[in-house]
Amino acid sequence: MNAPLNISRRQFIKATAFIAGGLVIAFTIPHAKRFLLPGKEEAVAGAAKLPEPNAFLRIGTDNSITVLLAHSEMGQSIWTTLPMLIAEELDADWDSIKVEHAPAAPAYIHTAYGLQITGGSSTTWSEFDRYRQAGALTRTLLLSAAAEQLGVPVAALSTEKGMVIHGDQRIPYGELAEAASQLETPTAVTLKDPKDWKIIGKATKRLDGPEKINGTAKFGMDVQFEGLMTAMVARSPVFGGQVKSYDDSAALKVKGVHKVVQVPTGVAVIADHYWAAKQGREALKVEWDLGQAASMDSKTLFDEYRALAAKKGLTAAQAGDNTAAFAAGGKLIEAEYQLPFLAHSPMEPLNCAIHIKDDSCEVWTGTQMPGNDQAAVAKVTGLKAEQITIHTPFLGGGFGRRANPAADFVTEAAHVAKAAGMPVKTVWSREDDVKGGFYRPMYLHKARIALGADGMPAAWEHRCVGQSIMKGTPFEAFMIKNGVDATSVEGIADSVYLKNIPNHKVELHTTESVVRVLWWRSVGHSHTAFVMESLIDEAAHASGKDTLEYRRSLLKGHPRHLAALNLAAEKASWGSTLPAGRFRGIAVHESFGSYVAQVAEISIEEGAVKVHRVVCAIDCGLVVNPDSLVAQMESSIAFGLGAALQSEISFKAGEVEQSNFHNYQVLRMSAMPVVEVHIVPSTDKMGGAGEPGVPPIAPAVTNAIFAATGKRIRSLPIGNQLAEA
Amino acid sequence: MTTLNINGVDQELDISDDMPILWAIRDIAQLTGTKFGCGMAQCGACTVHLDGMAIRSCITPASVAVGKKITTIEHISQDKVGQAVQAAWSEIDVVQCGYCQSGQIMSATALLASNPKPSDADIDAAMSGNICRCGTYPRIRAAIHQAASKLA
Repeated sequence: MNAPLNISRRQFIKATAFIAGGLVIAFTIPHAKRFLLPGKEEAVAGAAKLPEPNAFLRIGTDNSITVLLAHSEMGQSIWTTLPMLIAEELDADWDSIKVEHAPAAPAYIHTAYGLQITGGSSTTWSEFDRYRQAGALTRTLLLSAAAEQLGVPVAALSTEKGMVIHGDQRIPYGELAEAASQLETPTAVTLKDPKDWKIIGKATKRLDGPEKINGTAKFGMDVQFEGLMTAMVARSPVFGGQVKSYDDSAALKVKGVHKVVQVPTGVAVIADHYWAAKQGREALKVEWDLGQAASMDSKTLFDEYRALAAKKGLTAAQAGDNTAAFAAGGKLIEAEYQLPFLAHSPMEPLNCAIHIKDDSCEVWTGTQMPGNDQAAVAKVTGLKAEQITIHTPFLGGGFGRRANPAADFVTEAAHVAKAAGMPVKTVWSREDDVKGGFYRPMYLHKARIALGADGMPAAWEHRCVGQSIMKGTPFEAFMIKNGVDATSVEGIADSVYLKNIPNHKVELHTTESVVRVLWWRSVGHSHTAFVMESLIDEAAHASGKDTLEYRRSLLKGHPRHLAALNLAAEKASWGSTLPAGRFRGIAVHESFGSYVAQVAEISIEEGAVKVHRVVCAIDCGLVVNPDSLVAQMESSIAFGLGAALQSEISFKAGEVEQSNFHNYQVLRMSAMPVVEVHIVPSTDKMGGAGEPGVPPIAPAVTNAIFAATGKRIRSLPIGNQLAEA
Repeated sequence: MTTLNINGVDQELDISDDMPILWAIRDIAQLTGTKFGCGMAQCGACTVHLDGMAIRSCITPASVAVGKKITTIEHISQDKVGQAVQAAWSEIDVVQCGYCQSGQIMSATALLASNPKPSDADIDAAMSGNICRCGTYPRIRAAIHQAASKLA
């Protein structure tokens, strides 16, 4: 740490305290100095306040610009997108940009959600103003410093590629940083006119590419330091089970095992390295009090859900008079859909390293919620939150699993480190991950649709049965209204299809279980889009209409749905003749403020579906990095397709039947279709990119299966249902 | 003590014979570029080369590697094919979360070393043991084809 002392009269925020090497000057603006943005160009920002730029970027005397990320990089390319926003307004030299995850601190609270979180496909739109403002504010300060130094008015200066320019003179930002940090904070800042953007909107290569290609990128799993132990925890084979007793004599004989300690979630084996911890855990004998979950069975559970679906639930949406509309007769569609529990299974198994000291604590973990984890560690250690430093390395995938309000793996790791009395990295095996809960909840949907004389739905009754994700979380207060968790019915209760159907009713039964559930990439939409887009397809076929035309009629007045739908259909040449044995299916769904349509082209080979090609169109409003948007669509299609084809977590005698990638199957290269992504040109309200590509893929594929075989897939995964037919 | 040749250097490691190469590399030799993903040769994140052949280091005991050469992601740029693969990975901007990519690159390098012009079917066969939860498969396929054409 080599911070310049001559700017000490300014208050450094905490962010400056962990600069690693090099002379780095942080701009420092007292917390209290926040200003509302004046002027037209800021109207979109609403009540946004000027950010504290020093929390978001640092300029080194070596001209390096370090951008601090309030969100975690877990594949979605935010490591590149957020710096693009700053670099645009700062006129930075792109090659000088360095990136770090921010610590857990109030400065990084989500601009819309009020806590530090990466989730909801919200990073780009929620930071679009804040990061640009941080860049613009800093540029203003640098210009003022240069004006003072040169004795010219700011108006005589311009900026380009990390330099202030005056005639032939070019002053690198690094030379102005110290002087700029002494200046009074501007009270207003003007953002660039979009027509002047040089970086925003341009396909930009990932800044984290090189280190992820040469093996130097550090993930939580890679944290190592002298004295750090590795722990594995023996957990109950069924959810809710408790340790009755344990015998650690054999475990302690394993070379490299140091200690065995009991923690609330089980018994932890502390060892020099993973291999010793694993062998120690295998040698450990634990007797469990299994409790009532030992009889849990997926088939029985679906039967219970089915029984609930026969009864009235809580009303989530209602319009018109369903009773009269159904009594009026007409063609009736009745269908039941079911979807299983799903594990996130990020490639990097869960892990968390913790070093508890007398009056401080350091935590290293790939997390989507550092503030929440900080509070969880505080609770276990008895330290204050501000005594706990959260280091966030790269996340080897998240998909929601690393954003857990219950902070399960971090809390457990804190208990382990505390009980062991030494720095410990608690590591989960793949089996621990697959069997470890916090799944996408299983759901059962029951729907009844009456078609009018025109073949369009005249009445729609829809009941959902499943667990609430939001219950018991800090989001409960605003996500659960009158007992209805909005995420349980999102994509149905707020469906634009239903808005155009005069009589409809959506009901919800929220179930309880010892199986803990969590948001899984695209949350409720991961099951509702499958059901809605299948039902619309069923209705279209029942009315004898083209499934694309049917959707177009139902989506009247919803131009963004239509734009995505029409673009996908056009690029997939919907309606044109396909080679023999090939069939198409289509789906469109809005989620996280983005509109995605997909056309899947399939064949049936030896009783299994083969997806050859997926044409995807998205309207997510303004796009900051088009290539990372394309990558997210490819990613979402792979993620959603793998789940639709094969993934399932099921229970028998209380135990999860799956354990590793041989029986919890995810998409592999051989099943990956060709993906073509088309972006709807749009300056409309920005939406998300990380999740909205997931929901449409399952119904696009199953709708194609119906076109091919006449068999309606109403249960996921597709598995071997076609072989049985 | 067991002597393992890792990336051209003989290293004396205090390990048991049954310790998988993965943990000898990661936890003992402290080369963390090779990743743990499943522990049962199902995901390919742990792929390294043993005398040039791609192996799943999570299930291969260290004793198997004695007297042979282990190459990991940290050293693959020293290999002409590995270098071409990494360059293609960069040009096509393959990675997302990145966790599986060391293994992907090691598998792709081994594929191209034995089959300089792989078809899509060859790529499916050689690469389907490497899972990527981010779904970078289309770009991996494109990058392998590109590296093949650069090496031709």
